[in-house]
Parts: sequence; C-alpha cells; structure tokens
Amino acid sequence: MAKRRCDLCSKPATHHSVEIIKGEKIEKHLCDEHASEQGLAIKAVHTPINELLTNFVKLHSGSSTAQQDLVCDNCGLTFTEFREHSILGCPQCYPAFEEALSPLLERAQQGATHHIGKIPDRAGADEQRQQRMFQMRKRLDEAVAAEDYELAAKLRDEIRNAESEDEQ
Amino acid sequence: MITLAQMTKHAGEWLRGSGPHGEIVISSRVRLARNLAGFPFVGRSTKRQRHEALQRCREEILGGDGRGLSKDILWVDLAQSTDLDRQLLVERHLISRQHAQGNSDYPRAVAIDPDETWSIMVNEEDHMRVQVLRSGMQLTEAFEHINQVDNSLESGLDMAYSARWGYLTACPTNVGTGIRVSVMLHLPALKLTGEIEKVRRAARDMHLAVRGLFGEGSDALGDLYQISNQTTLGRSEQEILADFEHTVVPQIISYEQQARQALIKQRSTQLDDKIWRAWGVLTHARFMTAEEVLQHLSHIRLGVNLARINTVDIRTINELFLLTQPGHLQKLTNREMDSPTRREARANLIRTRLGVA
Repeated sequence: MAKRRCDLCSKPATHHSVEIIKGEKIEKHLCDEHASEQGLAIKAVHTPINELLTNFVKLHSGSSTAQQDLVCDNCGLTFTEFREHSILGCPQCYPAFEEALSPLLERAQQGATHHIGKIPDRAGADEQRQQRMFQMRKRLDEAVAAEDYELAAKLRDEIRNAESEDEQ
Repeated sequence: MITLAQMTKHAGEWLRGSGPHGEIVISSRVRLARNLAGFPFVGRSTKRQRHEALQRCREEILGGDGRGLSKDILWVDLAQSTDLDRQLLVERHLISRQHAQGNSDYPRAVAIDPDETWSIMVNEEDHMRVQVLRSGMQLTEAFEHINQVDNSLESGLDMAYSARWGYLTACPTNVGTGIRVSVMLHLPALKLTGEIEKVRRAARDMHLAVRGLFGEGSDALGDLYQISNQTTLGRSEQEILADFEHTVVPQIISYEQQARQALIKQRSTQLDDKIWRAWGVLTHARFMTAEEVLQHLSHIRLGVNLARINTVDIRTINELFLLTQPGHLQKLTNREMDSPTRREARANLIRTRLGVA
C-alpha cells in the first residue's frame, strides 16, 4: 500500500485526523511540519529549555569581554565554555560567575534573584537565618504593597528582633 | 527483590487510573534536582569522582545500616544494563532518555521502589534526580512524599546549596528549589474539537511548558500532554504547586469537560463512530504501529470515560498505553524483534488483552 502523502507537500503524512465541522467531514493528512503549523501536533522541536538558555546566553552576553574572561577557580570552567552548553561545572561556579549570571537568570527565571523555599537542615544555621531574613523581607514588601499595615508592622518587628538577636 | 522482567507485566502504580480526576489527569509527577556538596557537577567530574558520588548516593539510598528509604529497592546499574532494559525504563518514565544513553564507561544508575511511586536517577545531569509519580491529580501528596524522600537523603548527605541561589544545579534553569512539577493530561475532546490551543494559552500565561508523552521534544501521541513549570527560582515549592492545583489544571479540566459535553450534545454519532471505529481496528487489525495504537486507545479511553463503550476498563487501556511500546513488547515476548515483527506482536497482544484473540 502506498504511503499517504501530506495534503500540503510531498512528504509522508504522519498526522491523520478526521474532524467534523458543521456536520461536514474533513479529513486531513499532514506531515510533521504542516501538522505543527496548523496546531494539530506539538512539534518535536519545542525548543528544550537548555537550548533556549544557550541561545539566550549567546545573545545577551556577547558584548562584554570582561565576562568572557571569567573563570571558576574551583573547577576551571570559563564563562565562555558555559555559554556553549549552559551547564555549569561545580557549585562554586555560581559565585564565580555571579556578575554575568545574575542578569541572565533574572530574565530566565521571571525576574527572580534569590531563592525562596526549602532550606536543607544541614545548610548551616547562618544560611538558614539569612534565608529567613530574606523571606521575611519579601513578605514585608508584599504586605506593604497590599496595604496590610498590621501585618507589615508585625513583620518589621520580627525582622528587627531577628537582627538584634544576631548582634548579641 | 522485584526484577525488571516481573515489572514489565503490568503498569506502575501511577497508571492504574484510579486517582482523583483520573478521567483527564493521568498522573502527577514531582522531581527534585540535587547535587552533593564538595563535588563538581556530573558533567565536569572525572570518572573516579563520578564513581565516588555514585557510591555515596547508593549507600544513602539503600542504607546499609538500615536507614534506607524502603525495603526491596531495585537498584539498576545502567552502565552494565542492556539497551532493551534501559528503553523499558524510559517507557515507564523511570529514567530520562538522556540517562539511558551513554556507554558502559559512564557510572550511572537508577533506584526504583517496588511500586514505582518513586525513583532516583544517579549521575544524570545532576548527582540525583528524585521523582515521585502518582495516579491522577495528587500533586500535594506527591510533593509531601518527595519531601520525605529528600529529607531522608539530606540526613546523610550534604547538598550543594547557597542562601542566595538555593539548591545548586548543573543547569541554572533548575536552580533554587530544583523542582519540576508536571501533570500528564488526556485531552482527546479538545483535540477533536480543534481547541487544543486553549491549553497552550492557559499554560503560557502561567509560564508553564506543554510537552508530549515522553517529555522534551516529543509529540503529543495519544492526545497526552504534559504541563510543567519552568521557573524554579524565587518561588517556593508550595507557590509553584498552587499554580497547578488552583489555576491551570482546574481550568484545563473544565475546558476538556466542556468539549466532551459539546461532542455528546452536538456530534454524538460522530463521537461514537470514532470510539467504535477505534475498537474495531484494535480488536481486528493484524499489524499496528505504536503511534496508531496510542491514537485508537485515546478514543476508546474517551469512550469509556463518557460511558459510550463498556467493553473494556480504564486500567486495561492505561496498561496498553505502556505495554505496546517497543521496549515493553520485546521484554514481554522475551525476544528482540525488528519493526515489522513488533507490529504483528503488538496487534496480537492487544487482541489478547482486549479478550478477543
């Protein structure tokens, strides 16, 4: 049996559909590309997020030569190498590339600049405290924006107390 | 201990189809990316470092001194396993395609609990990729479970973490919580009524990604769509989960239900034709490709959920979604087969399972 061709080009049809629109039967036989064009299939090339980031990094970090020279002392990865694959070499790459990485991440992560969420038990008390302070300040900002002044005052006091505890 | 061959005969717990909103939400999945402190990330590790990291993770997961995560964990050394076994694990969503690839020189593994609700890939892009899979809409339960698994791992392992960036991951698109939440949805009516674009729009508005059955870069075979978060930094795990539970998933469920009702009210004969035509093909065909099977199963699944057909139950259909994949088919029949032979074996398997052989 001959393989059916795409309705719109000569490639083999891979998507077959029968739709009934206003009582009329409409058959469609399309190749991957045309099916995806018509929204009938999710194309295999929904660009993977890594690739998006790679393109993004290439696009936005090309100008600064200072950034190209950044190197992680811990693992030896250069920022130029990172740009190729969007994969970092070790945990220390984050502080090593911070200056160049921050604006990229901010855009890739919907404007976020700091972690909010789970803190591992073994991250150390200091890390946990910093994190808590950061989260309290964020909640304070949100309370002020929402004009919830009662909550804002409470949070302000909590932050003040936490800071004075730290100084003791 | 359970073996891969035994596992093959049935679908995992998450495919049993009995979870909340199971008629539309096939499964809920949560995964966490974690790296060991004091090691380079996997991609930049030497073979020795990879081996050492693997050992550290193995000891903590299996817990030689009784601190292990559960009894009878299946540990699969992927460097030593066959291509077929790896393919099987990909089809069961227990490892990624990336993790399946690679040679015997690359130390990597996966730990799987006996009912397949959780698995941990070791030495994928990150040292550990923990996942929990549940049937239907059970994201909260999946998150609670994975958090326990994560706490257990953290009790013995120092994870790479910083106050500013959170959990540190090889790819910065995972940094922060390291969480990827996803739901697999069966949306045949939206596909039939040509309204699937609504789903993409709803997802896009919430910065969520829409993918096919096998994740990144795969087609939406069998009208199965996976929706997952892309932002991992600056929002807590609970906030990310809430987007799914309170906004996106209920919205898509209601779109699909409306489309189903519209089909029943306005085009019931055409709908029944689709369903029974699919039944006719599956119960009579002698050669079938995996893609063709998925499409027909999708229509029958819709028919069962709308009570238009009662010749088969949802569990059988869900199982067939999995068992007709190339890896499973070969493992079940216990032989390697070329593509035409597989097509015949697939048609036979379906007729047997549907009770008409």
